[in-house]
Amino acid sequence: MKILAIEASGPVAGCALLEDGLLTADYNVQYKRKHSQSLVPMMDEMKRMLELDLQTVDAIAIAKGPGSFTGLRIGVATAKGAALAMDRPIIPVPTVDSIAYNLYGTDALICPLMDARRQQVYTGIYEWKRGDTDTAAGDLRFTVVRPQCVIPVSEIAEDLNARGRSVIFLGDGVPVSKDALAKLMKVPYSFAPAHLDRQRAAAVASLAWSYYQEEGNACMVSADDFRPEYLRLAQAEQEHSERRSFSLLLEK
Amino acid sequence: MNDLKKDITILAIESSCDETAASVVVNGRQVLSNVISSQIDIHTLYGGVVPEIASRKHTERVTQVIRESLEEAGRKLEEMDAIAVTYGPGLVGPLLIGVSAAKGLSFATGIPLIGVHHIEGHISANYIAEPTLEPPFACLVVSGGHTHLVLVRDYGEYEILGRTQDDAAGEAFDKVAREIGLGYPGGPKIDKASREGDPHAIVFPRGKVAGSRYDFSFSGMKSAVLNYLNTSRMKGISVNVPDVAASFQQAVVDVLVSHAGDAIEQYGLKKFALAGGVAANTALRTGMKEMCAEKGAEFFCPPPVLCTDNAAMIGSAAYFEYVKGNFSGLDLNAVPGLRLGQR
Repeated sequence: MKILAIEASGPVAGCALLEDGLLTADYNVQYKRKHSQSLVPMMDEMKRMLELDLQTVDAIAIAKGPGSFTGLRIGVATAKGAALAMDRPIIPVPTVDSIAYNLYGTDALICPLMDARRQQVYTGIYEWKRGDTDTAAGDLRFTVVRPQCVIPVSEIAEDLNARGRSVIFLGDGVPVSKDALAKLMKVPYSFAPAHLDRQRAAAVASLAWSYYQEEGNACMVSADDFRPEYLRLAQAEQEHSERRSFSLLLEK
Repeated sequence: MNDLKKDITILAIESSCDETAASVVVNGRQVLSNVISSQIDIHTLYGGVVPEIASRKHTERVTQVIRESLEEAGRKLEEMDAIAVTYGPGLVGPLLIGVSAAKGLSFATGIPLIGVHHIEGHISANYIAEPTLEPPFACLVVSGGHTHLVLVRDYGEYEILGRTQDDAAGEAFDKVAREIGLGYPGGPKIDKASREGDPHAIVFPRGKVAGSRYDFSFSGMKSAVLNYLNTSRMKGISVNVPDVAASFQQAVVDVLVSHAGDAIEQYGLKKFALAGGVAANTALRTGMKEMCAEKGAEFFCPPPVLCTDNAAMIGSAAYFEYVKGNFSGLDLNAVPGLRLGQR
């Protein structure tokens, strides 16, 4: 099983190749927001370096969102085009889950924070759960405690405080949330180091591989059917639905 | 130019505004398929194109539209000689969907990529509609986003004679249509309402741009309509909507026709072509046709399906880039403000 992974939903443009659990390439660049110019040349470079025959690739994994609307769509449209040409399915991976998946084996809760502007973050809560035989290798399960969502930092802090466990924060939302967290957090917390704290194509590939091991083809969708997950309406839709509910209210 | 012995087949993609389109075109003139997925119903809700919503819809539809265009053409992706895509001008979010999908296709197949200028596409629609048309000719490109009077010196060689200084003609139609309660999209609605009205009922000014023979200005004409509506309202006079529509349309058409006529004369041209969404306007077609007949120039205008945004025109324009060997790299970006003749 060969998985080509693409990540362009946030500040990082990246691609990776995972072959039956072996990571053969992981190429990430965090430089301005130039995904449109960098992503496909990076994929092409990776292909050349690996002497990769794309016909041997079984699926394309992609960070499906949330994220920067434009960056997210650059990755998604690229993946869709490539998947159509290669006649291969897509394995969608929730962006926040894939960021959390950078960390392994910790007893702390994992809380990625992506800057969503407008005083909100894209976030979620994750943990590595131990099985009954906690010494057995591989008996650690990546578990979604709170699925990815868009909320104010105060709300995720409140949730974490109520759980009474220590927390590791990571992601590009950390710098903008640090001051707020210092005031809000009542449980012990820390921040992931630089090499683990951003979106990373290898994490997308690796998490997609774990889906495939658990669910088989059920984790895949066709290029035509795949839609990114924004977690937010377009502003015009938002305002339109607010006006509608307001006028419905008036009618009552 | 390369010595081309075999047919050149190009898959073209267009997503610069609110149509997701793909087409397969042979040798720049023969259209094997022309698939257009319009979003107009959604944007009508908002009274105009919402870029974020358009981008989302393009993302949903893009591969289906490409797949349909290949199926309809009875061709396989591997048989394509190039993949063409509009990379500007237009709305950046929507443009990026076509550009990214095209690059994904090119990356996965190794088929060369050609970035195409949207206006060059509109002009090239005339090569599809009239297989014998060859440069030089003058072309007026009028749409919701563009108003350009262009001298086409040769294939892919353009000189802009005039452009709008403010609103595009189609944009002015949209705004006036909204004010007189006709709704969106303004062009077709005004065209229809005008058939019931008197184009000489109200005299609106014909916008001129000081010191520039060929540039356009439509915002003054639009304001004149708004003033007329306000004044009538204050005086308690009821407004005859078809008359306002017809008179405004006539004012716009007069300006477009007179500029085009001047260009034909000054450059001694024998051919004139219309292009762009507003080229579907009945009064504009009639006016241009009559003017060309007077000046002894041959008049060309694509059928409506090739006037509004489509990918066949992009496939046609791309062919002339192909024969010149003008290809794009995988770092091709969307350029929302791309100028004609810029690469």
